[in-house]
Amino acid sequence: MKIVVPIKQVPETSNVKMNPETGTMVREGVESIINPLDLYAIETAIRLKEQFGGKIIAISMGPGSALEAIKEAVAMGCDDGVLLSDGKFAGSDTWATSYVLANGIKKLGEYDIVICGERATDGDTAQVGPGIASFLDLPLSTFTSEILSVKDGRIKVKRLVEGGYEEIEMTLPATMTVVKEISDPRLPTLRGKLKAKKIEIPVWGLQHIAVKEENVGLKGSPTRVVKIFTPKVARQGEKIAVRDEETLNEAVDKIMDFLIKKEFI
Amino acid sequence: MGEVWTLAEYRFGKLSSVSFELLNRGKSLAQKLNAPLASIILGFAIKDEDINELIARGADKVYVVDDKNLENFLVESYAKVLIELVNEYKPDILLAAATTTGRTLMPYVAVRIRTGLTADCTVLDVEDETGNLLQTRPAIGGNILATIKTPNTRPQMATVRPHSMKPALPEKGRSGEVIRKKYDDSTFKTKSKYLRFIKDESQQVTVQDAKIIVAGGKGVGKAENFAIIDKLAELLGGAVGASRDVVDRGWKSYPHQIGLSGKTVSPALYIAAGISGAVQHIAGMQTSENIIAINKDPDAQIFHLADLGIVGDLNEILPILIDRIYDYKKREASANV
Ligand SMILES: Cc1cc2nc3c(=O)[nH]c(=O)nc-3n(C[C@H](O)[C@H](O)[C@H](O)COP(=O)(O)OP(=O)(O)OC[C@H]3O[C@@H](n4cnc5c(N)ncnc54)[C@H](O)[C@@H]3O)c2cc1C
Repeated sequence: MKIVVPIKQVPETSNVKMNPETGTMVREGVESIINPLDLYAIETAIRLKEQFGGKIIAISMGPGSALEAIKEAVAMGCDDGVLLSDGKFAGSDTWATSYVLANGIKKLGEYDIVICGERATDGDTAQVGPGIASFLDLPLSTFTSEILSVKDGRIKVKRLVEGGYEEIEMTLPATMTVVKEISDPRLPTLRGKLKAKKIEIPVWGLQHIAVKEENVGLKGSPTRVVKIFTPKVARQGEKIAVRDEETLNEAVDKIMDFLIKKEFI
Repeated sequence: MGEVWTLAEYRFGKLSSVSFELLNRGKSLAQKLNAPLASIILGFAIKDEDINELIARGADKVYVVDDKNLENFLVESYAKVLIELVNEYKPDILLAAATTTGRTLMPYVAVRIRTGLTADCTVLDVEDETGNLLQTRPAIGGNILATIKTPNTRPQMATVRPHSMKPALPEKGRSGEVIRKKYDDSTFKTKSKYLRFIKDESQQVTVQDAKIIVAGGKGVGKAENFAIIDKLAELLGGAVGASRDVVDRGWKSYPHQIGLSGKTVSPALYIAAGISGAVQHIAGMQTSENIIAINKDPDAQIFHLADLGIVGDLNEILPILIDRIYDYKKREASANV
């Protein structure tokens, strides 16, 4: 079984700092990591490989530094990786990103499953997984929470939807995006780390994959960012402390007043 | 000027209320653009009363595709039908709810018709000079807002965060046009098959649909104590949320998890009890309209977000609060007799 896992390098979110004046992210000193939600995709791929054998390839589009993310994926258990990197890809929105990734995947040759994280923690769109499926004309299961079976060229999965779960069956090759419930990601092993250190990850640019220049980067992106700003959080921020019976009752009074005034009860 | 389209969601023989929220969004855009407002409804055995309901709540037109093959959502067949409709009628704007359906279908479609799509918008407006749709959405865990437009391609597509707007109300005496479309079997050929839906009884009210969420964190103490969170949620007609620590401990199942690796929600009221307010949790709930926090630690991060913060033991406070709400409801009920 050949499995492709598209991953993204993102800034470590617990350190996200915003410049209040410009409303932009302060990137200096912020560590880059694999999108934490992609770890579930990598783990899912590893478990499939453990069960059925095969090969896992991590693929990413990004700047040269994203090689680190791919190496980390290798340290976890991916067999190989490829980075799609080209100055011309810069500024790609989800349409152009899905286009580049889908064409990178095509160049990898035959594959059975493409597994993506639910969304990236920086852009938060959840659009690239479905976008790749659409470009590759593949069946798709989003919000996948369990793989029920893989046999006879079909995969049966469970997906998390409003109010419960859905089971669907897809013919292979297929794509899916996975949620945290599907698996607990493992930590990189020492052997994996050694392998990651040595591995040569190929870097493919525009000319290596069959993409049209007018379809990539800012030029190829149908959307434009008009402005970025920081949300105003106008909270009244009243705080009271419970110390004894009396303040306990006061606190409950306060909550009741709040609920009544805002018509929640 | 092309039409403004909203995608109604029809599940288990019922329109979901996000369909009406989208109509409310669509209405103000259609007014500004002086364009007709239309709803799209895909499904099977769609009732006339549901079609009329969309008209009563603001649709000037309803496009209906009623087919056995559309009984359950599969992205491939839904996408093919939607693409056919878009190519034939060329709407200017296409909105869907940022539900599991909308967030699957819309990117699949946008790729094929080569147009822009903005995810999970909370504000939509029209740019004065150009008539372009201005789509504003939170990103980086709600730390920033970005306004995005699709200047050169049509339709301009967006998914809209559920509950970011009230549902449009029905008006008596509205009339509208109903356009029924049929497609042949080749349209419905898919490489996937829907098998079944399994209801999750613990999600009587799901966090994505809830107006009120009562969420518990590790501070709840143990699995049994979660009963008071459940109770309060039930009493308020809300859903139960949880922090990751709670889900990892197995006190609540994953569908209840709020935050970076769980669900992002914007209810009218979020009550956080025994939750410290880690950035990864806040990422999923900071756009809530009202926030009440209950925490023993006066320095807990969650208080920075709270409209009302109570420093104290949730196991002391919540039982009393529950009694008081009971009493209040009883009094209200008898006063209304
Ligand atoms: C990649 C990544 C993704 C993550 N995704 C998520 C996510 O989606 N959602 C999420 O929630 N977290 C997520 N986390 C984890 C997050 O960092 C925190 O660890 C988690 O939110 C803490 O949960 P908590 O607030 O319940 O527990 P704690 O941080 O332990 O807080 C418990 C709080 O309860 C208070 N308390 C204790 N006893 C009482 C009492 N009797 N009455 C009142 N208050 C009491 C304490 O003062 C404390 O503030 C993620 C982390 C990472 C690294």
